[in-house]
Amino acid sequence: MKINQISVFLENKIGRLAEVTKVLGSKGINIRALSIADTAEFGILRMIVSQPEEACSILEKSGFTVSKTEVIVVEIMDRPGGLAEVLEILAKACLNVEYLYAFVAPKGKNALVVLKIEKLTEVVELLRREKVKILTREEISKL
Amino acid sequence: MVWNKKYECMPREELQSLQLKRLKEVTQRVYHCLSFYRRKFKERGICPEDIKSLKDLNKLPFTTKSELRQGYPFGLFTVPLSKIVEFHVSSGTTGKPVVDGYTRKDIEIWAEVSARSLSCAGVTAEDIIQNAYGYGLFTGGLGIHYGASLIGAKIIPISGGQTTRQVMMMQDFKPTILTCTPSYALHIAEISEEMGVDLKKLPLRVGVLGAEAWSENMRQEIESRLGITALDIYGLTEIIGPGVAQECPEKKGLHVFEDHFLPEIINPKTGEVLKEGEEGELVLTTLTREGIILIRYRTGDITTISYRPCSCGRTLARIGKIKGRVDDMLIIRGVNIFPSQIENVLMQIDEIEPHYQLILERKKGLDELTVELETLPQIFFDEVRKIEEIERKIARKIEETLGLRVGVRLVEPKTIQRSMGKAKRLIDKRKLK
Repeated sequence: MKINQISVFLENKIGRLAEVTKVLGSKGINIRALSIADTAEFGILRMIVSQPEEACSILEKSGFTVSKTEVIVVEIMDRPGGLAEVLEILAKACLNVEYLYAFVAPKGKNALVVLKIEKLTEVVELLRREKVKILTREEISKL
Repeated sequence: MVWNKKYECMPREELQSLQLKRLKEVTQRVYHCLSFYRRKFKERGICPEDIKSLKDLNKLPFTTKSELRQGYPFGLFTVPLSKIVEFHVSSGTTGKPVVDGYTRKDIEIWAEVSARSLSCAGVTAEDIIQNAYGYGLFTGGLGIHYGASLIGAKIIPISGGQTTRQVMMMQDFKPTILTCTPSYALHIAEISEEMGVDLKKLPLRVGVLGAEAWSENMRQEIESRLGITALDIYGLTEIIGPGVAQECPEKKGLHVFEDHFLPEIINPKTGEVLKEGEEGELVLTTLTREGIILIRYRTGDITTISYRPCSCGRTLARIGKIKGRVDDMLIIRGVNIFPSQIENVLMQIDEIEPHYQLILERKKGLDELTVELETLPQIFFDEVRKIEEIERKIARKIEETLGLRVGVRLVEPKTIQRSMGKAKRLIDKRKLK
């Protein structure tokens, strides 16, 4: 199942990340996972949050430039080679991963990986056939 | 609508003989009243009697802003202080302010040319004018006010700033005319959009916008976001204030009220008078003012002039939209550019709203210009690669158009300072060293 990831444009300035997290926190929005892609001048903050729609509108109102991107979150075995197994499936199908970041669910034993990848619908089909667990929106908001 | 048909539609020969008569009068007066002018005339070996035709104008010396500053505060008045009824000072976009002193007759002239300007833009006694030019020492607010009063229009003297209040007034008082700087008009559009107010649905129909150089593309942006016809007004404190020249709805240049202000275009480097259509610095001579008389005043504004009559019926000369200021002109690695040219390029790129500023720095002895642009959802992507592509695309477009390599940097929304008056587009960090 596809999940909406929130991306925020941040200039490389002191306090900007703090401001984003403060805005979200004040509205009771929980950040499940995050990663930052950065260059010398700006960064893109990518987040999986508990309520993506609300998060988007609050951030926009607070003056941030925000966009939503579809990603998937897959569960992988927390053991050596766990990630490699999933990536190999994708590579064999010639599917290019644009970026990924991982996090660990507090209750779970396994690692969770956010994947931004081309041909998302095709990827979902493929991973299902290969018995890779893809998290649903509900599962993520319950994490 | 023509406010004063006699003067605005006067056959050129008749106008020229009027100009010559007035020019002779003012040269006599400044020569006899002010040692400042007498000394300058003598240095050039001329006296007022040498002015026999309008062509002799170029024998007269130029007057510059720095000379006016040296006369601060009242040194260049041509009448005794007792005749002065009002003071204004220039907004000081560049350096220290310059003082203008107006006699009762000067105020009447100002009201007249301002009324001509507003009529030229289509204002009548039926209109309600939201006058968002600053009131006070700046000439914008009161200049428009005097002209609007003469016409008998209804004035909301709201002055600049307090933008949410401006929008509220627009909804409640339903003005038909907005007068302010073009950058402030865009700011009002932005705030009204945030407030969820659609200005296009209000009766507002014309903007009389000036006091800073603005591009044709900025006009389109203002017109589409406010749902108005945006027309350019030109003026400067030293000459009188707003009402020196005004664009009519033909949008083919600004009519100079030549019976009061005699225009020339010169090469800013050599001082040579240029031909019709050639681009250079606008020079103005006041023909009727009393408090301060300026002979061949170098405005610092870059434009062109045309003497062809306009289809609106006016025979007055037209100057093109001001392209920039002589002192705004940047020479970067040998390329001459005006900030307005960069703005023009930016506005041609669909996704972009023109909230930008230019940062000029010197790195390893070379001047480097960086364009900072605010991001918008339309130009924000989740991938670094795509954002960098946008930056490169804009830089390429500027290089293709202006022949200058610049850096482009996206910044967060609302981080570039909004102006209530004249927009500050250039930050020159070279001077700080």
